[in-house]
Amino acid sequence: MSALLTFTDDGIYCPEGDFYIDPWRPVDRALITHGHADHARDGMRRYLATDLAAPVMRHRLGEISLETLRYGERREIGGVTVSFHPAGHVPGSAQIRVERGGEVWVASGDYKLEDDGLSTPFEPVPCHAFITESTFGLPVFKWRPQAEIAEAMNAWWRGNAAEGRASIIGVYALGKAQRLMRMLDPSIGPILTHGAIENTNAVLRAQGIALPPTLRVTPDLVARDHPGAMVLATPSALGTHWPRRFGPAQTALASGWMGLRGVRRRRAADRGFIISDHADWAALNTAIAATGAERVFVTHGYTSIFSRWLSEQGYDAAIVQTAYEGESLDDPDPATGEEAEKAQGTQSPAAAP
Amino acid sequence: MKRFAALFTRLDQTTRTNLKVAALADYFREAADADRVWTIALLSGRRPKRTVTTTLLRRWAAEQAGIPLWLFEESYPIVGDLAETIALILPPPEAVSDAPLTHWISQIGALASLPEEERRARVLDAWSRLEPTERFVFNKLITGGFRMGVSQKLMTRALSQATGIEESDLAHRLMGDWRPGETSFEALILAPDPSADLSKPYPFYLAYQLDGTPDALGAPGAWFAERKWDGIRGQLVLRGGACFVWSRGEELITDRFPEFAPLADALPAGTVIDGEILAWKEEAPMAFAALQKRLGRKTVPAKLLADAPAILYAYDLLEEGGTDIRALPFAERRARLERLVGNAVRDTDLPLRLSPEVPFADWDALATERARARALAAEGVMLKRRDSPYRDGRRKGDWWKWKVDPLSIDAVLIYAQQGHGRRANLFTDFTFGVWSGNQLVPFTKAYSGLTDAEFRKITAWVRKNTLERYGPVRHVTPHHVFEIGFEGIQKSPRHKSGVALRFPRMLRWRHDKPLQEANSLADLEAILAAYGGKTT
Ligand SMILES: [Zn+2]
Ligand SMILES: [Zn+2]
Repeated sequence: MSALLTFTDDGIYCPEGDFYIDPWRPVDRALITHGHADHARDGMRRYLATDLAAPVMRHRLGEISLETLRYGERREIGGVTVSFHPAGHVPGSAQIRVERGGEVWVASGDYKLEDDGLSTPFEPVPCHAFITESTFGLPVFKWRPQAEIAEAMNAWWRGNAAEGRASIIGVYALGKAQRLMRMLDPSIGPILTHGAIENTNAVLRAQGIALPPTLRVTPDLVARDHPGAMVLATPSALGTHWPRRFGPAQTALASGWMGLRGVRRRRAADRGFIISDHADWAALNTAIAATGAERVFVTHGYTSIFSRWLSEQGYDAAIVQTAYEGESLDDPDPATGEEAEKAQGTQSPAAAP
Repeated sequence: MKRFAALFTRLDQTTRTNLKVAALADYFREAADADRVWTIALLSGRRPKRTVTTTLLRRWAAEQAGIPLWLFEESYPIVGDLAETIALILPPPEAVSDAPLTHWISQIGALASLPEEERRARVLDAWSRLEPTERFVFNKLITGGFRMGVSQKLMTRALSQATGIEESDLAHRLMGDWRPGETSFEALILAPDPSADLSKPYPFYLAYQLDGTPDALGAPGAWFAERKWDGIRGQLVLRGGACFVWSRGEELITDRFPEFAPLADALPAGTVIDGEILAWKEEAPMAFAALQKRLGRKTVPAKLLADAPAILYAYDLLEEGGTDIRALPFAERRARLERLVGNAVRDTDLPLRLSPEVPFADWDALATERARARALAAEGVMLKRRDSPYRDGRRKGDWWKWKVDPLSIDAVLIYAQQGHGRRANLFTDFTFGVWSGNQLVPFTKAYSGLTDAEFRKITAWVRKNTLERYGPVRHVTPHHVFEIGFEGIQKSPRHKSGVALRFPRMLRWRHDKPLQEANSLADLEAILAAYGGKTT
């Protein structure tokens, strides 16, 4: 009998159920952990995801054949039972549990353990084999509690507003942006959003996720009508002339990578807030231990270091090559609509004669 | 150390010069006297001696963090900084400390005479009482590699804002052999200093890069040409029997070039010369690397002084007989410079030479001279309008630098490695190969030259096109061709290709070039044959 899940050139594959998890090439049936572009790609004949992830997927992928399950709901596919369990990464994100005759494998996609107040919090799923990311799989990555970051961010905003400057933060359009919105103190000033972010906001609001009032930045928006604003932009928009319309401003990036001084400095933003939708070192270890798994497959991130560490901890650990990308500091999530894509298009270097 | 750590954070959180200066000025207004002196010392390169080896620090930090040493060692290159890696990896502090910067510096100093066990106990104790940023600063101090991204020049400007004393005056006060433990802020900074005016330099005049050819500059006869030498711009100030040397960054670097001291006797007082400081042997410039060794240090050991003696290659005369002559036409200043240097330099032991004129009849002749630059260890030619005054700053019109084009070759990307520090999440360190038959022979690494967008693009590509991994190195599918530029080439038996390049960098990503059309080892050898003898 073959393994419950196998690793192929097209994605994580279940031979018994004849389906893929987060495949990167077109397949017949795809189970999707969450709506980020490196996990939910177009071209699949049929999709299966959580009901909470569905609106964003439809927004991004258009007319797709998509069935949904609630967290914990079971579905038989071929000879296996599948179910989706909260991964705490972004709204609707899931770990996918696959069971056959008492043997359980879990593909966790991207995850974090801290309750961000936006996504359904992570739940450990007992299993025999666990597929984990390792984006921040080094002991130098340690996140501070969200409340502490919120305090620092609001203090920064307040200070800028008092000095008549806008505050501009570069963030992912799906997940991170909305998480930040809910951390911000709206009594300080108005929250303006880049179109790519506001498109995602609209999708999430429509599915009943509460977000503070925001104002879309359009070409005719007059910055001085909104003094002391907080502006949420895609990281790529930060590097263009887009922020100039706000006049005097301070810029920041919000990412786990901001934990490294060197990355902070290279980005030349005024501030770096260390906040991630991926697990830090301690959380990765906690999550893996909580599954009770003996076998661990390490996908994207510091794979070789993290799997060696896990082997020394007594796990049967192996590296798996995938096309997942972890937390990219630079790329806007292509989930985020036209403007972001346009920004990316213009960055590709022109072919030299 | 809280105040100092807060200063460090403020400096670190901004890239803007005026905010950095403001943060430092605030600190100089508020901090305790001894801390201010130590801060000045640290920012002017007077670092405490290293009292613990980094090997021990790594071991202790890994033990304290409960991780194996290999995991620490793997994390370090990704973070890119040892002090930061330690600060990040340690468990959170158990207590807080209000002790000032000076306290921790003296603690570090005291470690030297203690047995290893006691040193370990004290370092662990410090780590357990310092917040992460304080820890980082402490680690920087203990490893002796403290830098705050603030030049001595900016520090001097901040000090000037805080005290109202002129910058050049402060720069003068801060030179020399003072020690932070043995002086006070009053004595070092505030007490009157009658000799400060003597050292004052003039602002440097900087040339613009000439794009294209000089045809548009008009009649060649209106222009003076000389070589653009590959050293550091410097200003020699001789007044009141003393010698002062200023760098282009307007840092006082007299201490680094003690061989210039005799010039104070050989030339008349009230002389200021603009020139290029070069390492010099057998009446020819040495490679820039030789001079670089001199720049890294505050004081110069005798051996280095003998291995890489420096001279000033004189370009211009700014002050003569105590009179500012910058408004005179260049041709006149140059004539006076020639007389002055000519008179002094009958004695070739003096570290002063005249940068020779490069005569040329027309622009084509100058282009030929420019093409020879590499063979003469120069960077190109300089053009100066004969009737121009000595201006300040970078201004267009009267002075032009016309640099020689870099050498270049089209090569194939074969290995990629993740960057560290500033670029930890991108692939930025690449190895390139050229064809030898149907094999690609690696011949150089290059790290710079691409835009951030290009680095992101190649990073995504590398992730999907890895053939093999060797530790942090990924062997990728040969596919992309890059034009590699470099300033020099040398034979190198240590390299598989037999050559070593100087300042290799990516000039552009050749999307237009098929893999097979990249250059070959034979092409590289031809460049070596043409230029290999002369450069370093
Ligand atoms: Zn994700
Ligand atoms: Zn991902």
